[in-house]
Amino acid sequence: MTVFSTKPPGTSPSAVTSSTARPKTRARRPNRLFRNLSAKIASIPMVLTAVVIFLGGTVWTVVYSFTNSKLLPRLTFVGFDQYERLWATPRWLVSIQNLATYGILSLIFSLVIGFLLAALMDQKIRFEDTFRTIFLYPFALSFIVTGLVWQWILNPEFGVQSVVRSLGWTSFTFDPLYNEDIVIYGILIAALWQGTGLVMCLMLAGLRGIDEDIWKAARVDGIPMWRTYLFIIIPMMRPVFVTTLVIIASGIVRIYDLVVAQTSGGPGIASDVPAKYVYDYMFFAQNLGQGFAASTMMLLAVAIVIVPWAYLEFGGRKRG
Amino acid sequence: MDKSPILTVVQPAAVDRLRAGPQGKRPRPAISGRNVMLYGALGLAALYYLLPLYVMVVTSLKGMPEIRLGNIFSPPMEITFEPWVKAWAEACTGLNCDGLSRGFWNSVKIMVPSVILSIAIASVNGYALANWRFKGADLFFTILIVGAFIPYQVMIYPLVIVLRELGIYGTLSGLILVHSIFGMPILTLLFRNYFVSLPEELFKAARIDGAGFWQIYFRIMLPMSLPIFVVAMILQVTGIWNDFLFGVVFTRPENYPMTVQLNNIVNSVQGVKEYNVNMAATLLSGAVPLIVYFVSGRLFVRGIAAGAVKG
Amino acid sequence: MNIRAVAALLAASVVLPVGSTQATDLEVTHWWTSGGEAAAVAELAKAFDATGNHWVDGAIAGSGGTARPIMISRITGGDPMGATQFNHGRQAEELVNEGLMRDFTELAAKEKWAEKIRPASLLKSCTFEGKIYCVPLNIHSWQWLWLSNDAYKKAGVPVPKNWDEYVAAAPALEKVGILPMAMGGQPWQANNAFSVLVITVGGKDIYQKVYGDKDEKAAAGPEMAKVFKAADDARRMSKGTNVQDWNQATNLVITGKAGGQIMGDWAQGEFQLAGKKAGVDYTCLPGLGVTDVLTTGGDAIYFPVLKDKEKSKAQEALASTLLDPKTQVAFNLKKGSLPVRGDVDLQAANDCMRKGLDILAKGNVMTSTDQLISQDTQKQMEDLMSQFFASSSMTVETAQKRFAGIIASAD
Repeated sequence: MTVFSTKPPGTSPSAVTSSTARPKTRARRPNRLFRNLSAKIASIPMVLTAVVIFLGGTVWTVVYSFTNSKLLPRLTFVGFDQYERLWATPRWLVSIQNLATYGILSLIFSLVIGFLLAALMDQKIRFEDTFRTIFLYPFALSFIVTGLVWQWILNPEFGVQSVVRSLGWTSFTFDPLYNEDIVIYGILIAALWQGTGLVMCLMLAGLRGIDEDIWKAARVDGIPMWRTYLFIIIPMMRPVFVTTLVIIASGIVRIYDLVVAQTSGGPGIASDVPAKYVYDYMFFAQNLGQGFAASTMMLLAVAIVIVPWAYLEFGGRKRG
Repeated sequence: MDKSPILTVVQPAAVDRLRAGPQGKRPRPAISGRNVMLYGALGLAALYYLLPLYVMVVTSLKGMPEIRLGNIFSPPMEITFEPWVKAWAEACTGLNCDGLSRGFWNSVKIMVPSVILSIAIASVNGYALANWRFKGADLFFTILIVGAFIPYQVMIYPLVIVLRELGIYGTLSGLILVHSIFGMPILTLLFRNYFVSLPEELFKAARIDGAGFWQIYFRIMLPMSLPIFVVAMILQVTGIWNDFLFGVVFTRPENYPMTVQLNNIVNSVQGVKEYNVNMAATLLSGAVPLIVYFVSGRLFVRGIAAGAVKG
Repeated sequence: MNIRAVAALLAASVVLPVGSTQATDLEVTHWWTSGGEAAAVAELAKAFDATGNHWVDGAIAGSGGTARPIMISRITGGDPMGATQFNHGRQAEELVNEGLMRDFTELAAKEKWAEKIRPASLLKSCTFEGKIYCVPLNIHSWQWLWLSNDAYKKAGVPVPKNWDEYVAAAPALEKVGILPMAMGGQPWQANNAFSVLVITVGGKDIYQKVYGDKDEKAAAGPEMAKVFKAADDARRMSKGTNVQDWNQATNLVITGKAGGQIMGDWAQGEFQLAGKKAGVDYTCLPGLGVTDVLTTGGDAIYFPVLKDKEKSKAQEALASTLLDPKTQVAFNLKKGSLPVRGDVDLQAANDCMRKGLDILAKGNVMTSTDQLISQDTQKQMEDLMSQFFASSSMTVETAQKRFAGIIASAD
């Protein structure tokens, strides 16, 4: 058990056996290279992808971020010029700020809404299948579709604003997509609509994985429900939260399609995000060097957060 | 489903609970305060999730004059299927006026092999990582997970170069390869976690009996992994079906997936935006993943429980 | 709708075997997908198919920003299309340097392009190291103000004749609930509207100094301050447009919901498609009615180097077809742009096109910004201008300071 963490106590009986170290790979010393040969051969696609595509692509990107490549990649080095320009560009700073706002809020709301919904669903309700389908279906739709629908609903001339006004509240204003101060929240609404269903499913799965006896014990001790959730259940669900975090966080860093479909980064540059900056400068401005510098900064940020954690989670232990 | 006895015997108790669904006594159906709160909250949430779907459906059934009148939430006064016909068969992109129909089979052609290949690779990888760890495996896996965070746009250039050198740029196999590459991080994570969660006695016993890598995979692991395969399939079907960027960059126009037409219909405005056609096109292009979700939603949660939560 | 009719006709002509020679398919990629644009492309396809070849349409919607990366990836990835659109200027420079584009010098000499194409700067922007790599297709100019006669009638004021009158009439429009100026949200619209103000309100000299010579001092100077003042007016007048695409903004003018719009001559195609008449339903002011000048940007078709002999031949046929007088007339009438040759008969041209042709004939032309500055610089300006137009808090001074900064590092 427990890839992600030390095992929470008492989740299931079989956990005890499986957390004992597995002796198989330690058995023989010689022929290191040929040991597990089939496994090594089977892992070739993964190794190639990891090394050639992800690592290779990253190194390639970093190298070319120090060049003045325009439309085509060229090895004319210009030192840190691209980075100096990047950090002096107001649009980049706006996009970083947006990503921070969006990222933090999206993380909090996804987890809170997802968990609350899952907790409600776990109350032995009727029509569970129906509710689950309703919460999950937006995840089947692409960001392009999501952006389009919410652009339409939030359109001041047709959408919510005009409907409320037609009901008599004529001064009602709700036009997040056309107001540069709150546009990022308009995107957040759409993103949460699309993504919280999946989080709910993950959380629900986690809740179902908790032994009924825990609840019984809590009830016997007279601990109120909310306290049971907060202090007993949630700490036990650490692995679920970690998996969920990986999925949510990778979505946040990469957010692009939704912004393009919903606002195209507007009004002005108010809803710009780093991935869009990268794309625009690589392909629209035909300045690959600048785009690569920006993507290197993104990769660096990801690496600083993810690598130590991932290595601890996946690398530090004997067995997973 | 003939494997289910094994599952019930060896799986952790939690999975038993999952299979059974909610258990214990049903709450009394009386309208208690708790129930009002519970269903009230769920109903409100459901409303928020359903609203956009409702707007899409209603709008796609209206004529343009009615849309201009303004209220997007009102039901259509006069139902018309014209927008659906137009979106499917008549909407123009440049000179091609055959709507979404042109891309539908292309999308299928791209999706089916991509889904199969990416799942095959990821499941074997996950299995190797879970049960046959070799030196350095974790390092590669860590790189792979970090890869999940790389924005796709950044990788376009290196990928163009790799595919060009392999001589498969612009071909269907090139695109399938690209989909398999980008599906790998999350899928491998899911499969690895799932296989780790299976009781290791099974594996040990098979080893003692002299079974090798592939034998164990096909005879023991595979038959036990239906839930996680369902999850992987759902994720990949959704992801690949909805992909626009790779479909347009790595193939030729005769192989463009449906999303390219969707983008073209939505973005090429002729005079006034035809919102009804846009919405119909949106629903049509989302139909396949939506159906997959409706049909296999129950398996999805069960599979997630097994793959993402354990481990 | 006439586009569909044309397309249907086209499809029919393809199905019926025209000649017994097998047609060579040539894929042409472009981003002409609005109503007027698609109708114009249909003309090109019709003319090309008549040569016994077959036009395979590779339209990619969503403007050049979506389409160009796809085109460039395909060319550099070794799977090039038969021909592709780029704007006049520097977008394809490096592809040519890499030897990925086909040299058309021979055909150009044979067909005497140099004598026919005007202004000469168009062919010059296709020329690299003495060789010709593209076919100019049309001339687009940016410097137009489109006005809705209806809107002004409703407001009870005469239709403005120049920029100053236009600004002065804004309050009257606002009083009757009409938006004085339509401006779509796409960044290039704000940026190009600004460059129009530079050449008209500022004048030709300052335009040349800023965009041509990249003179930082001029960009920060008092004459440009005047331009920024005008841009501030435009910003105030366009507040609340709430649409993204240029043709949606044009549509506001067509329907009288907005008073006017600064947009290139391609807006003409939309008016035409809506059945509006120049001079009656709408008014056009070239050079914003201030300075009689147009810039000559536009589209050119580039041809990647292909291995297939048949296709290479078809490329040549397409190149000749594009410059054919008949094609030039048919295409440009639908697109609302001006033909690249001076010797064609534009009987059918309407009021606005004639005004444009006059200015062109008088030689009151300047090079477009696409040719003067790199895409990189252009993009930085777009970021600045779209931010300026969307923001209510950015001051004119800040904007000018940042603009001068971009000019200082421009290339």
